[in-house]
Amino acid sequence: MSGFPELPDGRLEQKLADKAPLFTHGEAVTEANRCIYCADAPCVEACPTGIDIPTFIHKIATDNVRGSARTIFAQNLLGASCAQVCPVEVLCAGSCVYETWGRQAIQIGRLQRYATTAGLEKDPALLSRNAKPKTGKKVACIGAGPASLAAAGQLALDGHSVTIFEKRDVPGGLNTTGVAPYKLFAEGALREVEFILGLGDITLETGAEIDDAAAKKLLDDYDAVFVGIGLGPDSMLGFEGEGVVGATALIERLKLDASLTLEGVETALVVGGGNTAVDIAHELALLGVPHVSMIYRKTEAVMTGYAHEMATARKDGVRLIEHRSPLAIEREGEKLVGLRTQCMDGEGEEVFAGDMVIMAVGQSRLTGLARAFDGVALDDKGRVVVDEATCRTGHAKVYAGGDCVNGGKEVVNAAQHGKLAAAAISASFGAQ
Amino acid sequence: MADLSIEFCGVKSPNPFWLASAPPTNTGAQIKRAFDAGWGGAVWKTLGNPIINTSSRFGAVNYGSTRMMGLNNIELITDRPLEVNLREMEDVKKHYADHVVVASLMVDTKEEWHEIVKKVQDAGADMLELNFGCPHGMCERGMGSAVGAEPEVLKTIVGWVMEVAKVPVIIKLTPNVGDITVPALAALEAGADAVSLINTVKSIVGVDLDRMIPYPVVGDASSNGGYCGPAVKPIALHMLGQVARVFPKPISGIGGISNWRDAAEFMVLGATSVQVCTAVMHYGYRIVEDMIEGLNDFLDDKGMASAMDLVGKAVPQYKEWGQLDMNYHVVADIDPAKCIGCQLCVVSCMDGSHQCIHIPGMDDDEKKRRGHVVFPTDVPDIAATAEGAKAGARVPWVHEEECVGCNLCQLVCPVEGTISMREKRKAPESISWNERVMNGTDVVPGGLDATRKARGLDAE
Ligand SMILES: Cc1cc2nc3c(=O)[nH]c(=O)nc-3n(C[C@H](O)[C@H](O)[C@H](O)COP(=O)(O)OP(=O)(O)OC[C@H]3O[C@@H](n4cnc5c(N)ncnc54)[C@H](O)[C@@H]3O)c2cc1C
Ligand SMILES: Cc1cc2nc3c(=O)[nH]c(=O)nc-3n(C[C@H](O)[C@H](O)[C@H](O)COP(=O)(O)O)c2cc1C
Ligand code: SF4
Ligand code: SF4
Ligand code: SF4
Repeated sequence: MSGFPELPDGRLEQKLADKAPLFTHGEAVTEANRCIYCADAPCVEACPTGIDIPTFIHKIATDNVRGSARTIFAQNLLGASCAQVCPVEVLCAGSCVYETWGRQAIQIGRLQRYATTAGLEKDPALLSRNAKPKTGKKVACIGAGPASLAAAGQLALDGHSVTIFEKRDVPGGLNTTGVAPYKLFAEGALREVEFILGLGDITLETGAEIDDAAAKKLLDDYDAVFVGIGLGPDSMLGFEGEGVVGATALIERLKLDASLTLEGVETALVVGGGNTAVDIAHELALLGVPHVSMIYRKTEAVMTGYAHEMATARKDGVRLIEHRSPLAIEREGEKLVGLRTQCMDGEGEEVFAGDMVIMAVGQSRLTGLARAFDGVALDDKGRVVVDEATCRTGHAKVYAGGDCVNGGKEVVNAAQHGKLAAAAISASFGAQ
Repeated sequence: MADLSIEFCGVKSPNPFWLASAPPTNTGAQIKRAFDAGWGGAVWKTLGNPIINTSSRFGAVNYGSTRMMGLNNIELITDRPLEVNLREMEDVKKHYADHVVVASLMVDTKEEWHEIVKKVQDAGADMLELNFGCPHGMCERGMGSAVGAEPEVLKTIVGWVMEVAKVPVIIKLTPNVGDITVPALAALEAGADAVSLINTVKSIVGVDLDRMIPYPVVGDASSNGGYCGPAVKPIALHMLGQVARVFPKPISGIGGISNWRDAAEFMVLGATSVQVCTAVMHYGYRIVEDMIEGLNDFLDDKGMASAMDLVGKAVPQYKEWGQLDMNYHVVADIDPAKCIGCQLCVVSCMDGSHQCIHIPGMDDDEKKRRGHVVFPTDVPDIAATAEGAKAGARVPWVHEEECVGCNLCQLVCPVEGTISMREKRKAPESISWNERVMNGTDVVPGGLDATRKARGLDAE
């Protein structure tokens, strides 16, 4: 282990089962042989990092599993976690020719998980072996989430020295603290962090929050800076007190904090209609909370949570209540007993009984930090403004990517930003 | 990183992967794209006297959900003017000096052979491949496999070519012969530098049952064609192995090669280079990237520094049946943690082998009804514990004493790794059939006369 703390036993996420377990060799080869090996494949176009999917799948079929892993990592160093957390139903697999043809799409995510796992098992030094010689250049990454990790990994392979500053005790960003456990356990996320750290000269400093002053100083000590700080704490819409929690804060605890218990929680009310809302509702249902309802102010048709995630959450007992907007917490004494809501499809109010209210209505921005660098601009939504092709900000040595730039998308988008930024940073060094 | 480069008759190739003479090598532009993709060499689509091709020309065997497991064609040699091909060949060599360009040739008279050999040498061909293999159309004209099947004719033509050849000469063999070593040795005797094999196997891939016309349909009739693709790989490997045992010069392996593993198998059975046609026709030049990478990793795994180290590695282990160890014995083992309870192994052993796999929980009457002939009393009742198994499914049980170790159940089992063949020798020492015959323990299959001869009791 590279110095980050062992996860304690007894965490709630350990009670959940892996939704799409690792394929065996036989399963992987059988599925790989189903792939048509399309030319100009639509699945590639649908991957935000442009992984050459037909080729990596073909290489599974030919038992060239290291080659398969290389093909994946060539476009996406976080190919292992993406294999598990990507919403493939709306990305690669959603555009697979089988899907449009009315047949079951190729299970690209599971094949990718197999290839990255088996490839690295066969040769842990698969990529690091071909790292470029040291250049003497130094890059700092703020945040140890997917965006920074993708950037750091590529920069290290290009021969640069990288230091990652992470304010938490555990690295990995939301891959470790946020993603639904049945997709990726915290352990899996940390394993990927170790893989990235092993790619070259990368130092990880945890518990190292960068403030404005520290940020400014980074420019003196490093040749370039990458900002991958993600989003901030949950928006609470002013609700607070005992029994009210933010969704990402709760998920972080059920993934990492062995002291969290859900005993006594009979009814959980999740406010929101996005993927975070669907995730936490689904997780609570799977963890045995008897009644879990999502309270959403619009209709299912327009909610941003994915239909396929909502469908499986429902199967596991989650209820969706449409057209209700939260007004106030109902309490008896200190104790939370329900949520008063405004009916959006008519007049009046409705109170839902419950003993826990979870706010999943978005996250605040941390991007004030980025302004510490001269020339870095934020848009009206608080997102760091970057050049699309290079992820360079208004400051020539400062790059940014991931959620702090796109306002909150997927891990794979963060990985793509990290990759683009690393390429641009290496190119800028070469040009000097 | 292993060295993938090879030397074939003194000609260097960046890797052992060549395109076979066929549509993928029809034009210079194609061959340049192929070299850019990573192919080390290309055997130009056979040059010769002008012909025209039919439409349609290909047929295929689809097996299960696999398309084009076998491909059949009635295409002849190139239908492009010789001068155009020569010009393009010269241009390819000019731009790709390190890649191997082999000119495949097929003409009729001595004068024609002399003329075309000189022309392709002038165009810069690194080697010649004489197409004595085409099994359709050309052979009716006394060329192609008509030559390959007649050792004397073959020797004559090779002789003509050797009179003017300044570059190495490869003879491409047809598999449509009784004994492949005969034309191979004829080529050797005539002074050829190498052989390549196999060309396509005479075939009819199917029949249109409405129109009563075999495939591929040309108007209201068809003709037999040449079969290739993954389906012919076992035939090619066998013939390659046979030739490798007796032919002391380089061999180029062809037939059903689609990936690095196929290539490695051909190399260990004696091929120095391998040629590919159908897999490229199916998926494109891009497949070579996996072949290069896969072979490289494989060589690294085996601690081999060069692809040349592979050549012929398995040939000594390819023996005659009579030399095999009769005391070697394996029995089937079923892993209850993987079995999904489909009972395919049971039915295959019942109807296709030796009735020694039992389903637990049956009494002797039931077993008898099902066709068992031996009734073990202690069939264990094991539940299938695999995730994919139906609740309550039982794991079939192999009656080891009766198992002949044929592999059939392992071959049919749909779950890889569920049935393994465990070694259970009959005796520690090895003994072959030939030795048993010599000892007097056995007779040669086929009769007493042969046995007496084998024991040296009769003079020939
Ligand atoms: C609940 C939830 C579930 C999700 N599920 C999925 C999913 O299934 N699939 C998917 O693809 N995406 C999912 N996402 C989105 C995905 O997690 C993010 O898009 C992705 O993690 C963004 O990566 P990032 O590196 O930009 O930010 P983050 O992952 O947020 O990482 C940022 C890191 O920076 C650190 N940091 C912040 N400020 C500082 C500072 N000043 N100094 C030092 N360190 C700092 C943070 O502690 C954090 O570790 C989910 C998001 C949430 C909230
Ligand atoms: C359409 C087609 C045309 C071919 N034309 C030639 C030819 O002109 N000359 C030749 O030597 N072989 C020819 N072949 C045979 C191939 O070179 C090769 O020997 C055979 O296809 C086996 O290899 P494969 O299984 O990789 O296809 C042809 C094969 C096909 C399918
Ligand atoms: S679209 Fe589907 S079938 Fe085609 S290459 Fe991609 S995964 Fe394979
Ligand atoms: S593959 Fe091309 S040449 Fe052949 S039939 Fe189809 S379109 Fe015509
Ligand atoms: S061993 Fe294989 S073939 Fe036999 S029942 Fe089990 S899964 Fe089926």
